[in-house]
Amino acid sequence: MGLEVINHNFLTGRLEDLVNWARRRSLMPATFGLACCALEMMGAGAAHYDLARYGMEVFRASPRQADLMIVAGRVSQKMAPVLRHIYDQMVEPKWVISMGVCASTGGMFNNYALVQGVDQVVPVDMYTPGCPPGPETLIHSILMLHEQIRADELMKRRAVTGRGAEIHLDPALATDAQPAPVTIRTGRG
Amino acid sequence: MGPPAPATEPDAPADGDPPSAPQSSGGVPESLSHGQLVLHPDRAQYLGLLQSLHGEGFVLCVDLTAADYLAVPGRVVAEGVEPERFELVVNLLDPEQRRRVRLRVQVPGDDAVVPTAVDLHPGVEAMEREVFDMFGITFAGHPDPTRILMPDDWDGYPLRRDYAVGRIPVQFKAPEGR
Amino acid sequence: MSIVSDETAAAARLRVSEAVLRISDTEALAREAEQSGMGDLDDARMIINMGPQHPSTHGVLRLILELRGETVLRCKPVIGYLHTGMEKTGEDLNFLQGPTNVTRMDYASPLFCELVFSMATEQLLDMEVPARATWIRMLMCELNRMSSHLLFLATNGMDLGAIGMMLYGWREREELLRFFEMVTGLRMNHNYIRPGGVAADLHDGWEDDVAAILEVLPGRLDEFDDLMTGQPIWRDRTQGVGVITTPEALAMSATGPMLRSTGYAWDLRRSMPYLAYDEVDFDVVVGTYGDTFDRYAIRLNEVRESMRIVEQCVERMPAGDYRSQDKKVTPPPRARIDESMEALIHHFKIFTEGFKVPAGEVYTAVESPRGELGCYLVSDGGAKPMRMHIRAPSFANLQSLPHLMRGGFIADAVAIISSVDPIMGEVDR
Repeated sequence: MGLEVINHNFLTGRLEDLVNWARRRSLMPATFGLACCALEMMGAGAAHYDLARYGMEVFRASPRQADLMIVAGRVSQKMAPVLRHIYDQMVEPKWVISMGVCASTGGMFNNYALVQGVDQVVPVDMYTPGCPPGPETLIHSILMLHEQIRADELMKRRAVTGRGAEIHLDPALATDAQPAPVTIRTGRG
Repeated sequence: MGPPAPATEPDAPADGDPPSAPQSSGGVPESLSHGQLVLHPDRAQYLGLLQSLHGEGFVLCVDLTAADYLAVPGRVVAEGVEPERFELVVNLLDPEQRRRVRLRVQVPGDDAVVPTAVDLHPGVEAMEREVFDMFGITFAGHPDPTRILMPDDWDGYPLRRDYAVGRIPVQFKAPEGR
Repeated sequence: MSIVSDETAAAARLRVSEAVLRISDTEALAREAEQSGMGDLDDARMIINMGPQHPSTHGVLRLILELRGETVLRCKPVIGYLHTGMEKTGEDLNFLQGPTNVTRMDYASPLFCELVFSMATEQLLDMEVPARATWIRMLMCELNRMSSHLLFLATNGMDLGAIGMMLYGWREREELLRFFEMVTGLRMNHNYIRPGGVAADLHDGWEDDVAAILEVLPGRLDEFDDLMTGQPIWRDRTQGVGVITTPEALAMSATGPMLRSTGYAWDLRRSMPYLAYDEVDFDVVVGTYGDTFDRYAIRLNEVRESMRIVEQCVERMPAGDYRSQDKKVTPPPRARIDESMEALIHHFKIFTEGFKVPAGEVYTAVESPRGELGCYLVSDGGAKPMRMHIRAPSFANLQSLPHLMRGGFIADAVAIISSVDPIMGEVDR
């Protein structure tokens, strides 16, 4: 006696598949629009590039009710503790999309004022390039995140913070000297 | 910062240029910068000049900022004006007569204190806080002399010339001083 | 002069009104901590923190509110959560790269930031910009004013409960962003207006694209009027809320729709014209009561006035160069680089060193959708600015918040922040 006895009013599947389907098809983004990327994020949620078709049009203001944090914009030194605070308030499972180059790496503002990539503060699942990324790019990154969630484990927990840019510089190399001139040989002798 | 020199007559305005120079700037050196009138009071004359210009109609203080001339020590400001490290730059607007004037006050680097203009123009409160935050110029008498843009416990004044940009080395760009 | 004495009296009034809450972060936290368990609610003053992450879509503004029940007594706007060090970065980028930096300050109307920086650089260079470039700049800036005001209408509507406005405003904005993408290549942060002119000419068929926008928008604006202007709920929530008078606005250095809502017709495009605004016909929209409703109505009608200007730009766009022909400043066309050694050298110099700007200092101002946007630019004769300061209108306008909110409810606080229309990118820079 196998499954052929049950007539086709039942669906069977693995628990992981069903849970991951539910998780990715109803992600609730937290409102974390900081700068210019926020306008494109709102554009993605608006009528033309509709996020509602993925079940994501409701941006939850309270992080307790959200499971996706789209860090949209540059994170300054003053904002970093707030970012971490909001991230900590979100309940597992949660994901982070770092939207735009300023959130991913500090962008064009490689200076004292910005955290050079939010992965210094929170673990990031998806990096979205662009300055700002258009709504189509953001939707692409959301779909890639959906793929990631689809293949994910049920009870995953993650590192406390991101891996950062993984730049490990030898302090001995830090010097004010000019780089040595390079001789370029052309084909003509 | 010696005694103020006698006021120099401003250059005649270009043809067909209606706005008239303010009357109340007596005793303060003047100059023209690309057609814009600039007054150079010293710290002692600064508030008095603001007051008299206000009385004449310059009621809107558009902008109050500063500049650090550390990299340009021997510059020429105007006749009779000793250049210092910092300059406090105040832009005023007279909407009734549609004219602007700019004040440039020389502020020495080792004694960077200037009287506050908040009582006369309440709108400069945040601007003065920003100048304090970015340059370290203190405004005597300001109601809330705290940092406004950087975190409260930040060390240093970012817009000073001797404060590095703070660039981290990245793969295709050299660190500071490229 | 009466405005002087009014303004002095207003300044004195603002000082004694004690609407600004001047306490530090640690003090506010301490007071919040001891608040839990307050006995007598009638007289209880609470300190509540609003932001920097909150659903009202105005970016990272934090307000420390002192409340008695639901009435706002005093307030302290805390900014700096988006401080990007743009003025410091501006000293590190040359004058050609400058617009990429300043454009991200007021990211709802980036072309204005580029415009004011380019105008300041051109003044330092004593450079003339060709007529077509001027008119293209005016066209793009007025379209940008329209898209910024549509953003305001969308967020203002949503903050006050008309959630559908968010979608309608964005629908209109998409039309304009699509046009920007066709002309400049980007939907936002265009880096299009550069010293010397604009980066590229308008594309073939631009008149038809603009005409399509101008055909659709008036009907949609009338829909917004139906939805909001005459509607009793909207009126109740905005009329009489956040009132400011002309002397107070001048004392607080407020400009733009905030100042015009008090009845004072100050618009730089009319009073101190730049570009070609003295050659086009438009009205300056002015309010009466200085309240939130007036600011909403001003911005709605400014979209209509901008449409008039855009129409005139389409009719009267001059032919000619879209950027100055000064070879030391303007890069040569790419095709010329293969043909001429001189063009190659100029291209190389401009894109590696940058062009040098004679020493001097200048302050230039334009009328952005938020008020007077100014650029104070100091050059020491090199290829990079020695000091670049942007006078951000929202930075000055935000100072009026405590005075506007005093005595109102928290719900009014949301309406007031929304009517000031701050863009935190330019506030914090």
